[in-house]
Amino acid sequence: MQTLTPQRLRELDFKATDVREGIIRALLAAGSGHSAGSLDMADIFTALYGHVMRHRPEEPNWPQRDRLLLSCGHIAPVRYSAMANFGYFPVDELLTLRKFGTRLQGHPERVSLPSVETTSGPLGEGLAQGVGMAQAAKMDGADFRVYVVTSDAEHQCGLHWEAMMTAAKFKLDNLLCIIDRNFIQIDGSTEEIMPLEPLADKYRAFNWEVFECDGHDIAAFVATVERAQAVKGKPQVIIAKTIPGKGVSYMEGDYTWHGKPPNAEQAKTALAELAATRERILAHV
Amino acid sequence: MSDTQTLDRAARAMSLVDYRDTANLKQLPTRNGFGEGLLEAARANRNVIGICADLSESTRFEGLKNALPEQYLEIGVAEQMLVAMAGGLAAVGKIPWIASYAMFNPGRSWEQVRTIMALNETNVKIAGAHAGVSVGPDGATHQAIEDIAIMRVIPHMFVVVPCDSVQTKKATLALSQTFGPTYLRFAREKSAIVTSEATPFEIGKAQVFREGSDVAIVACGILVYNALMAADKLSRERGIECRVVNNHTVKPMDEAAILDAAKTCGAVVTVEEHQIHSGMGSRVAEILAAKHPTPIEFIGVDDRFGQSGDPVELIEHYGMGSAAIEAAVLRAHARKRA
Ligand SMILES: Cc1ncc(C[n+]2csc(CCOP(=O)(O)OP(=O)(O)O)c2C)c(N)n1
Ligand SMILES: [Mg+2]
Repeated sequence: MQTLTPQRLRELDFKATDVREGIIRALLAAGSGHSAGSLDMADIFTALYGHVMRHRPEEPNWPQRDRLLLSCGHIAPVRYSAMANFGYFPVDELLTLRKFGTRLQGHPERVSLPSVETTSGPLGEGLAQGVGMAQAAKMDGADFRVYVVTSDAEHQCGLHWEAMMTAAKFKLDNLLCIIDRNFIQIDGSTEEIMPLEPLADKYRAFNWEVFECDGHDIAAFVATVERAQAVKGKPQVIIAKTIPGKGVSYMEGDYTWHGKPPNAEQAKTALAELAATRERILAHV
Repeated sequence: MSDTQTLDRAARAMSLVDYRDTANLKQLPTRNGFGEGLLEAARANRNVIGICADLSESTRFEGLKNALPEQYLEIGVAEQMLVAMAGGLAAVGKIPWIASYAMFNPGRSWEQVRTIMALNETNVKIAGAHAGVSVGPDGATHQAIEDIAIMRVIPHMFVVVPCDSVQTKKATLALSQTFGPTYLRFAREKSAIVTSEATPFEIGKAQVFREGSDVAIVACGILVYNALMAADKLSRERGIECRVVNNHTVKPMDEAAILDAAKTCGAVVTVEEHQIHSGMGSRVAEILAAKHPTPIEFIGVDDRFGQSGDPVELIEHYGMGSAAIEAAVLRAHARKRA
């Protein structure tokens, strides 16, 4: 990974706003879909596609690419918008989200869109597949890395814990799990629906190297990824604290935005707020 | 104008509403009937409980959750846990209704369903929401079109696919009072209500919704309405009279009703929002192949996955609209004469 210069960091912050704008436009056009988690992972997806990952938008199936799995497939809009904004396809294609015949299925599909790596939506299955990919890299002596983005509520699925055990057993230090720790799920707060804390201690007890960071601070996230990748002999996890709906103030912190899109009026307000954010970033140059 | 007097004899005997009166037909999602039925069953028997896996609104658990919170448990995103825990509760006398999207329960939890619910003969009830491609924009991952197959293959299982929300309520109440492992399936979208409060309902007893002796249409779920519309049009435009059977109980299937329909009509069309392979229609074919070989045409998804799209658009795309049913009836009718 290159060093993250202040100039580059500003560009990424700017880009994260573009990614959020793409999410809002796509969800509005679709008339259904998941707002809160998509928006709250915009900074991390921007950092991954814009700085952390080795990948080639013009050659999505490049064999040496780092593998990024989105386990919580319902936040597909953030991945699609990041891909569009980093050159995988035209940003306008985002407006086909969830429509008949689109490559941008409601939940991502491997056969529709190259480089999404796997079909997801049914929760809790991403880390296990990431374990398989990381193990294959070890067997082949390949140096690509595997990144798995998971939601917090996916930690209620048994398979995820089977994958945690397996990753530690095989010492998969080429595997980084990133948790969207936004404390919400469909029916409310994760800690009320099915308490997950102490989550960091649970990973430690499963022999993982644990890091925590602010999921909206791109510099902090990149620095944490660098520390994680220096770890030898153990898989790593970053518990990224995020605010559901981040960037659109009327959605922030409100779990009821988990699975609904903005209407036309709400989208207008959201886009205006994102435009103001962009102005602020430019003013700080 | 609504005019039940001009409905055919069978429809009147079943107290159907005038389903031809599209302008005044009420529409509600079938899952609404589950929410109402569950609350009523839970009020009548405090052993009836609901267990939710982070989908309380989608599965219509909210009525129970708000009215009788002591008969409601929330366990998060853990569908295998749903079945296994319900098995334990049932072993100590509870009557647990467990609900998620059909794709995840029984989709994800199938082996637990087979062993803990069925082999064990426990009184656990699954409510499978959002079945079929009419789930719409969520796409293939969330569109359960294999669930009837994986449930009808399990011994002891009751598999019920009601035709509208009014019938779903009756089915929920009836199944709550019937001992045994159960699968009740419903859809996401609003759909036409063709039955009334007065329409009878009995598990395992198929219902003739329209009389006719040219071709029998055997349907289940929300597509029963499309079958009725197709039958009505064929009668008006071609003079072909179809018997329409609401075959809501896929298991144990009403063999007598299936055989009677085949013998009377001499040709059958089956209709379901499910894979053709191993669905309700396949069971009809098994019965007829063994006891009264009859030409059959199958309406359903033909060995493909679903995809994102508008619900109606997808029903049409996958060949389950009323025009596709009419065409299948004509094919069946022609094979009968051949
Ligand atoms: C196996 C499975 N069960 C249920 C669902 C339905 N579902 C979609 S998202 C979700 C949970 C949402 O919480 P989280 O994963 O933390 O996402 P967030 O709301 O934070 O975006 C559920 C239960 C699913 N997709 N997969
Ligand atoms: Mg969450």
